[in-house]
Amino acid sequence: MLSKVGGYVFAVAFIVAGWWITALAVNSPALPTPAQTVEVLGSNMDVLIPFFWTSAYRVVASLLIGTLLAVPIAQLCTRSRVLDRLFAPVLYLLYPIPKVVLLPILLVLFGLADAPKIVLISLTVFFQVLVAVRDAVKAVPESALISVRALGGSAWDEYRHVYVPATLPAVFTSLRIGVGTAIAVLFIAEAMAGSTGLGYFIMQSWSMVNYPRMFAGIIALALLGLVLYAIFDLLERRLTRWR
Amino acid sequence: MSNCGAQLEFIHAGLVFEDGPERLRALRDLSVTVRPGESVALIGPSGCGKSTTLRLASGMLSPSEGDVLVNGMPVGKPRQETALIPQDLGLLPWKTVLQNAVLGLAIRKVPKDQALQHAKDALSQVGLEGFEAAYPKELSGGMRQRLALARALAMDADLLLMDEPLSAVDALLRESLQDVLLDLWRERGHTQMLVTHSIEEAVYLGERILVFSPRPATLKADIANPHVGEDGWRDSAQFANQCNEVRSALAESAGEATGANPPEPQAAADKKGR
Ligand SMILES: Nc1ncnc2c1ncn2[C@@H]1O[C@H](COP(=O)(O)OP(=O)(O)OP(=O)(O)O)[C@@H](O)[C@H]1O
Ligand SMILES: [Mg+2]
Repeated sequence: MLSKVGGYVFAVAFIVAGWWITALAVNSPALPTPAQTVEVLGSNMDVLIPFFWTSAYRVVASLLIGTLLAVPIAQLCTRSRVLDRLFAPVLYLLYPIPKVVLLPILLVLFGLADAPKIVLISLTVFFQVLVAVRDAVKAVPESALISVRALGGSAWDEYRHVYVPATLPAVFTSLRIGVGTAIAVLFIAEAMAGSTGLGYFIMQSWSMVNYPRMFAGIIALALLGLVLYAIFDLLERRLTRWR
Repeated sequence: MSNCGAQLEFIHAGLVFEDGPERLRALRDLSVTVRPGESVALIGPSGCGKSTTLRLASGMLSPSEGDVLVNGMPVGKPRQETALIPQDLGLLPWKTVLQNAVLGLAIRKVPKDQALQHAKDALSQVGLEGFEAAYPKELSGGMRQRLALARALAMDADLLLMDEPLSAVDALLRESLQDVLLDLWRERGHTQMLVTHSIEEAVYLGERILVFSPRPATLKADIANPHVGEDGWRDSAQFANQCNEVRSALAESAGEATGANPPEPQAAADKKGR
């Protein structure tokens, strides 16, 4: 435990040092030093905090919606051979398309507020979770199902004792990996449309040529990603202790 | 426990696997009645159809011909009063020792406190107390077998079907677990069917020893072994005699098959090879 904390302290020190040296070397207002950033963060708190929550709300809502749709659909697909045959090629074709290209269409359809952003990020998350859960269901050991059936278990027991515990780690793994993409899509969506959220804050500062303010926004967005990543990492590890 | 054992009957039961690349007959015309409370050992060459016979008894498989009855009723699907310890144990890797042990009861919707108590008792009966929070991957092979045994015991079944449950434990532990099985059987009065490759184990635990031929399994010998459960049975001269009798029955069934019907398993393998 102590050595783990020590590892993180070292990592933070390393990153801050690298950042500081780079900032001094580049010597541009676009890359302030850590000390300047702390100052800038402090002076922008009043706008940053509500924008942070707006962005957090959009990502978290999308992660939830995407996951809640993907898990049952993935389970359903793999339970029925016919459905899987039908959906596998659809999935294969749609999965690699970057969903972010749909943003202009979504903006036309849903306006400039939360809705198009949430739909876009949900779509991205949906496909990632769908593919991961589908693979996880296929990897469920037959002997586990047999053992539940031999104990007289129903389909619900198979679901509860085998499918869910066997696939839940995959859900959190895909979410952990998906956080980066989700934040990236969030940034683009907020930067392109609307007047709220950290993405907007960053682009607004940029157009104002207020680089320290822009950097404060970047730090806040990075922090949002970090917090979500850490949460999913923790959940994933707690759920995969059996591995 | 006062639960009576179930009666298990095979009536001209046969089984053909149809789902493989070719039809494969695993069992032919088996007629056996296991009386309530009886302990039967099943022995035969590897791959002959012993596990298949247990799966028929558990209701996991349905016979292709004939009938398999428990308490006079055909077993269409697994009964909750039957406990099966499959050859691969069927432990769930994502559940702890305690969660695995309680699984059968959870499926039967036994109230949680009671189920946990039963499971803990069963775990201590097989010497796994203190490992409740461990995961199966953290156990040795023998400990896993004991866990599978505990799960079956916790269910308080009237029919206990065991597929080589003690094959991965050391000799001493094996004997002590055989005593556990024997005590539990005498105490609870359930019917049990035990598949084993060990002649001594069959003679120590089975009131009857069924000897199967090589695949497709047919019943070659049904050896009465009435002294099971008597004090000092393992060390008696009669025990050794019984072992010899089972040994020669096994050898005879194997020899007969290789003499009268040698190419059968080989021919099937050749066909696949081509
Ligand atoms: N699900 C299945 N589909 C097709 N063939 C099967 C299936 N299960 C078993 N068999 C075949 O049936 C035969 C009997 O198998 P079974 O598992 O009953 O043997 P066994 O007597 O338990 O062997 P062992 O002592 O090695 O455990 C084998 O030839 C096996 O390949
Ligand atoms: Mg077997």
